[in-house]
Amino acid sequence: MTASTAPPSTPLLAIRGLSKAFLGVQALDGVDFTLRHGEIHALLGENGAGKSTLIKTLTGVYQRDGGTVALEGREIAPRGVEEAQRLHIGTVYQEVNLLPNLSVAENLFLGRQPMRWGLVDRGAMRRRARAILMPYGLSIDVTAPLGRFSVATQQIIAIARAVDMSAKVLILDEPTASLDAQEVAVLFKVMRTLRSRGIGIVFVTHFLDQVYEVCDRITVLRNGRLVGERRTAELPRLDLVAMMLGRELEAAAHRIDLGPAELDSRPPLASFKGFGKARSVEPFDLDIRPGEVVALAGLLGSGRTETVRLVFGMDRADRGEATVDGRTIRLKGPRDAVRLGFGFCPEDRKKEGIVGELSVRENIILALQARQGWLKPIPRRRQEEIADRFIRLLDIRTPDAERPIQLLSGGNQQKALLARWLATEPRLLILDEPTRGIDVGAHAEIIRLIERLCADGMALLVVSSELEEIVAYSRRVVVLRDRRHVAELRGGEVSVERIVAAIASETPNMEVRQ
Amino acid sequence: MTLSAPGPARNLPQYGALVAVLLANWLLFPDFFAIRLQDGRLFGSLIDVVNRGAPVALLAIGMTMVIATRGVDLSVGAVMAISGAVAATMTGAGWGLPAVLAASLAAGLLCGLWNGLLVAVLRIQPIIATLILMVAGRGIAQLVTEGQIVTFTSPALAFIGGGSFLTVPMPVVITIALLAVTALLVRATALGLMIEAVGINRLSSAGAGVNTPVILVAVYVWCGLCAAVAGLIVTADIRGADANNAGLWLELDAILAVVVGGTSLLGGRFGLVLSVVGALIIQAMNTGILLSGFKPEFNLIVKAGVLLVVLLLQSPTLTLFLPRPKGARPMGAVKPPVAPTSGGAKP
Repeated sequence: MTASTAPPSTPLLAIRGLSKAFLGVQALDGVDFTLRHGEIHALLGENGAGKSTLIKTLTGVYQRDGGTVALEGREIAPRGVEEAQRLHIGTVYQEVNLLPNLSVAENLFLGRQPMRWGLVDRGAMRRRARAILMPYGLSIDVTAPLGRFSVATQQIIAIARAVDMSAKVLILDEPTASLDAQEVAVLFKVMRTLRSRGIGIVFVTHFLDQVYEVCDRITVLRNGRLVGERRTAELPRLDLVAMMLGRELEAAAHRIDLGPAELDSRPPLASFKGFGKARSVEPFDLDIRPGEVVALAGLLGSGRTETVRLVFGMDRADRGEATVDGRTIRLKGPRDAVRLGFGFCPEDRKKEGIVGELSVRENIILALQARQGWLKPIPRRRQEEIADRFIRLLDIRTPDAERPIQLLSGGNQQKALLARWLATEPRLLILDEPTRGIDVGAHAEIIRLIERLCADGMALLVVSSELEEIVAYSRRVVVLRDRRHVAELRGGEVSVERIVAAIASETPNMEVRQ
Repeated sequence: MTLSAPGPARNLPQYGALVAVLLANWLLFPDFFAIRLQDGRLFGSLIDVVNRGAPVALLAIGMTMVIATRGVDLSVGAVMAISGAVAATMTGAGWGLPAVLAASLAAGLLCGLWNGLLVAVLRIQPIIATLILMVAGRGIAQLVTEGQIVTFTSPALAFIGGGSFLTVPMPVVITIALLAVTALLVRATALGLMIEAVGINRLSSAGAGVNTPVILVAVYVWCGLCAAVAGLIVTADIRGADANNAGLWLELDAILAVVVGGTSLLGGRFGLVLSVVGALIIQAMNTGILLSGFKPEFNLIVKAGVLLVVLLLQSPTLTLFLPRPKGARPMGAVKPPVAPTSGGAKP
């Protein structure tokens, strides 16, 4: 499984056959991972691949079920983050886990302040803090509260703290997610310096460009298993994406054939021009015609979810314009979208979808009721009819409509949310990862439903990581990479290979057709 | 967490506690349930409980919906003082009853609007947002009364506090009327559903198209109105406005009444009638301790004890040991993490 290049001597960190299960779900299954001295090693994989489980097992947050972890040949089993730190494993998360209200110096020496006569020696602390930050090119006021600095600076301070606590292994968990290009460059410089000092860096990210810019090696996980380890220089992007998504690049089995010519002649239902939001997604153009399924494909963090959130008004676009039926509209919030006949099933069902303690019935009629306004309550009998109809239609497994929705399984919650929007007879339904985290049976039913809906003339905008699904039901696929719409595939062009190729391609803005 | 287990079983702690407290009062004071008619108005200890409990009951009605949105309104006591001060001062200045009522109710609405805007638009945490008016409100009331205790002699205004309608004391009539109007407003429309939805999950509700800011502002405005009515009753009862002491600490009694009534501070399902029952439990205890001849100091401790019992009866931890209503699952039941599917699912 591992690459043919054998490590020169004892690797810095050698993980062999690591396993971890949560309540029967195998999060890690016999994973190997090798980190050498002085290398930057990307740990990649989509959601649920097992990256964060691996890191948390390594840093002692979780205890492993099986396998070995050896640091410079010596077996270790940290029981907590502090013990991991003593064992020279330091971690910096995307959300800096330092204390923003304390000063920079206090943060650097938290829990290990220099003492004199039983008191904190503030003078020594400040001097040493400045000395620590010097090699990172940070000459800042170390007595200022940490929170006053940018996330990038805070991250470098967190790295400096970890390295100063004699880290040999430095784990950077999505450090660049909220940084701009210039800040990323500074961070990479720091990473390269540390590499030259022999420190091994594990770099977790979703940005492929960054992987190719700074990493020596790549390890890919998928569904808790090791897919492989490669040298970055020897792994073309296309192969990397294929490794991550796990597709044998073959033509998809079946596709609904929609005559593109006929559909293209229809006027768009909704049209977005130069629509975008700073630090979320670059401006994009998007037309959606009645009766068509448009899919957004791309890796995690590529801007898929951000795009649909803008379209539904969950986030407010700060540029561009939107028209519906040719008329310019303002999307100040979801209410505007709902009134225009849009519906949206969000990716995070629990947080943004269901209203947990309300019954299945109340959850189903909520959007319809909201659109009618509070003054026109839907009579109880009518509510029950609607709920019962959709429970039957979508086969929602619940003893009755009065059960609190939070007691249903994930797939049934998802179907109830679909019912919520179908009850409003939407013109455009937006589904963000409609099949995520639900069992195989419900999965197939939701796919069938999507096909039926688009046959009924409703427009669908779908975000999904499941490329076969996308290929099966989409007439058009917009491909995103690094928060940018990079390609659009239509009709006969839609295939798994083309999508993967577009995700992997380096040339920005390869507009397939205009 | 209030899993909606409908039926009388859920309301048992509240009604049980009310009956128990009333029975305890009766044991201490055998004439407790005696009611007599005098000058066309009912008198008796039981009537006294309902009459004296009216202001807190009124506050509890408004507070219930605020708490259902996962908020809290600490300013209701101060709003009572403001509306009372406005009423007494204007009456003293010779205004007629309609103008006086309109002005003091408007003051309450305005206070509620202020709170609602802070919470809904500026997104300040409710406890802090309403703390502002809790502090400033008494100052405003003192400005209105110019630091004096303003008394008045208008029998029309005094009627609100001391009069009766069909032998029932006016405060009770007003409370029942406001309870009925409020219940109608939230349950005969979709407001109740929306209030509960916003309280349980503001993001999801907004995503479904619910106008969350308007709902939030509305509940605070209504709470302000309820507080103003309570303030009017207190002022009318003592025929004067005391900006320093009118409604002092009553916000805490109101919150307690709502919680005793079974509405969770975490928002969601609410019961208006149960909150009023909660207010009556509190008042029945106050009255009982006064009647018993104990020192008033006991009042607070006995009150705390009884409330603890009622709250324990509702606590999820304790409910585990009691027979569970159908459809509820044991608290702390762990759901397995969602199985990863993003990379998997072979065709």
